[in-house]
Amino acid sequence: MIRLDRRPDPSRAWSLATPPLAVLATMIAGGLLFAALGKPPVEAIRTIFWDPVFGEFAFYYRGQLLVKAGPLILIATGLSLGFRAGVWNIGAEGQYIIGALCGAGVALAAYPMESAFLFPLMVVAGALGGWAWAMIPGILRTKFNTNEILTSLLLVYVAEQLMAKMSFGLLRNPEGSGFPGSRNLQQYPSAANSELIAGTGMHWGIVAAFVAVIFAHVLLNRHIMGFNIRLAGQAPRAAKFSGVQPARLILFCLGISGALAGMAGLFEVAGPAGQITPSFNVGYGFTAIIVAFLGRLHPVGILLAGLLMALTYVGGEAAQANLGLPAAAIQAFQGMLLFFLLAGDVLTNFRLRLGRPEVA
Amino acid sequence: MTPLLKIENLTKAYPGVVANDHVSFEIGEGEVHALLGENGAGKSTLVKMIYGLVRPDEGAMTLRGGAYEPATPHIARQNGIAMVFQHFSLFEALDVAENVALGMENPPPRRELARRIREVSETYGLPLDPARLVGDLSAGERQRVEIIRCLLQDPKLLIMDEPTSVLTPQEVDILFETLRKLSTEGTAILYISHKLEEIRTLCQGATILRLGKVVGSCNPREKSARELAEMMVGTTLHTPDRGGKALGEVALAVKNLSVASANPFGTSLRDISFEVRKGEVLGIGGVAGNGQDDLLLALSGETRTAPGTITVLGRPVGALGPNERRRLGVLSAPEERLGHAAAPDMSLTENALLTASIRKGLTKNGFLDWAGARRFAEEVIAEFDVRTPGPTRAARSLSGGNLQKFVIGREVMQDPAVFVVNQPTWGVDASAAAYIRQALLNLALQGAAIVCISQDLDELMEISDRFAALNEGRLSAPRPVEGLTIEEIGLMMGGAHGMEVAHPETPAGAVA
Repeated sequence: MIRLDRRPDPSRAWSLATPPLAVLATMIAGGLLFAALGKPPVEAIRTIFWDPVFGEFAFYYRGQLLVKAGPLILIATGLSLGFRAGVWNIGAEGQYIIGALCGAGVALAAYPMESAFLFPLMVVAGALGGWAWAMIPGILRTKFNTNEILTSLLLVYVAEQLMAKMSFGLLRNPEGSGFPGSRNLQQYPSAANSELIAGTGMHWGIVAAFVAVIFAHVLLNRHIMGFNIRLAGQAPRAAKFSGVQPARLILFCLGISGALAGMAGLFEVAGPAGQITPSFNVGYGFTAIIVAFLGRLHPVGILLAGLLMALTYVGGEAAQANLGLPAAAIQAFQGMLLFFLLAGDVLTNFRLRLGRPEVA
Repeated sequence: MTPLLKIENLTKAYPGVVANDHVSFEIGEGEVHALLGENGAGKSTLVKMIYGLVRPDEGAMTLRGGAYEPATPHIARQNGIAMVFQHFSLFEALDVAENVALGMENPPPRRELARRIREVSETYGLPLDPARLVGDLSAGERQRVEIIRCLLQDPKLLIMDEPTSVLTPQEVDILFETLRKLSTEGTAILYISHKLEEIRTLCQGATILRLGKVVGSCNPREKSARELAEMMVGTTLHTPDRGGKALGEVALAVKNLSVASANPFGTSLRDISFEVRKGEVLGIGGVAGNGQDDLLLALSGETRTAPGTITVLGRPVGALGPNERRRLGVLSAPEERLGHAAAPDMSLTENALLTASIRKGLTKNGFLDWAGARRFAEEVIAEFDVRTPGPTRAARSLSGGNLQKFVIGREVMQDPAVFVVNQPTWGVDASAAAYIRQALLNLALQGAAIVCISQDLDELMEISDRFAALNEGRLSAPRPVEGLTIEEIGLMMGGAHGMEVAHPETPAGAVA
């Protein structure tokens, strides 16, 4: 008989051990999945986890790794603050889209003027766009007590429609011979978010992600605001007793996660993606939720989790190309990771006991 | 005659603690038997085993001579064992009959059930209208719903867990009449309490538990309350020392405070006015659910009101939040330790920061002084004798008494001008309780004004200078404690809350 006993103190060792164990379990279960699909499991796992970093073509993949990890880390860092406070922003994907639209909108409005101020202005516009989009569920929650999980999620679909509308309408490239999509910002020097060091994939968005990680770390560990965020998430009544105003905290958390998601969108549209198209967003806003939890809602953990998740993306694409794995298999793989992580979490708070309990 | 229920060597261990260690005792038919012990002595675990909620690790129970091993409460009920819990399991939005039906194995049709509820309630002097909403009932009436639900099953053994903690003295009398009548009809009653006087008036036998072991059994009528208490605690008790003191100017004044409750079945505060002077302890009594929580929230600043309703040292503070009030010296400690006064999963250092950041200067430009917070937590732990390995432990890992000492100590050591506390010793062992009461008295001696809200009348009599009672959100006029009789206190608490006193026809030879 297996029994779960609640631990008096949450186990720190298990909390740290769960993510690596979850990765290991995912590799094993994923290997079985690939074997069932008739693919060589060991080779598939190696293609996903090993080759992008140390393989023959690693020089190409390593750059891709940062490009994918940048937005994931930036968005997940913002989300983790809210998740810690019990504010569930599920709509980062929408805030990411609106940020990209606003930032790109500024650039396209200024085209073809060249100015050193344009890019910083676009960053601000992107952050403001994401912030404003996140304020909608924020105000609905604080004024009307609406569930922010639903409203923020539903606003993703609104944002997607808006983006499609924009790429066919207002923001469409007048010289694009009728194809949907905006001008390519990579070809507009003042607005382009180009590689800072050639071949590394390093762009301003990745710099911003690192800054956000440091900022979040300081906020959570050294500042009263971060303390209040943690307190509100763990014990809402104690937070009120301590003097935290819930409405302010909700707006702060939604605002900051929205702004960071918006910035991520701007860096993406001005850099790797280059233009607004109906298929601009690829789900970073949703994957960032997994990244946030995989990283234990801890800034440094998120940094590592973002890189790992980027690896499954890059490696997954390699596996699709080289081994013919279906794209859905890679998604199932990522889902498994989150599943094993949450299952492993039980061990942080509970102790596993086999057999009949002994009399102490 | 074989006893109704015989318990032999019952043992139950949880990780790190033996809740019951070879407990044995027996109850005869119709006997009112007390199970006496401090919080954490293992009373609840024991009755849960009898009621089939917890399975013993060792030992045996015999019911009317046959083996009895209840795997579920369902089986316990089939064997004629019923239990009234300390915390009611009633749905406020349903009426009495519906609530009773929910707890029965085979509820009869509604009309029939209502008739039987009336019948039982008349027989046992527990007037109750089956059609009333439970949300509108007083705590005493809610308890009647639970009792009637049990009586409808015609129990042979009725277990009552701390039944009087929610009753006024008058309501207690009514309950005791009912229990005596049941007893004369042959129903045995296992009565759990730590209130000694009650046990002395009601019970014929008592088993005393300490730290999971039976430390004695006696006829409680032959012992004094003090003797019982010392058997229960295992040491000699010392009574807090009040010392003479001079009262200063008015520190806290509340004038016409009315607050609507956020909860539809909560209690709104109505037109509350009182004053507390420096060095004075105002005790506020009352049965649970009469606005105690709401009053604490209004005084701590979690609920805001019009500025002039609350003044501290002449300054209106009604519209200020908790931190602004802390700055002015108004500190508080809510009733619920885990989740309200302290964050369960956070360390004691973090919990020290929870309320002390302002008065102890633990933030600079919003940045936290962790070393300072840790130092303060260590000071509280040392000064208030909090038993814990250190300030890095999570609050939930502390026992109730130790955490309460930490919570009270955290506020007391911030040198409050006004200190508001709700249930300072609820669920705390006797020695920790004595310690906390002494700390409150010392604080008053240093010139703080103290508002102590409590449901423990003995406690209030022990430490307060003046006493007032909350009843349905209204506060009676405070009166000096000296010379106050228990009868008067009961009336201040709302008497019997409009409940009729039972007049069951007591057969001759009844236990009086």
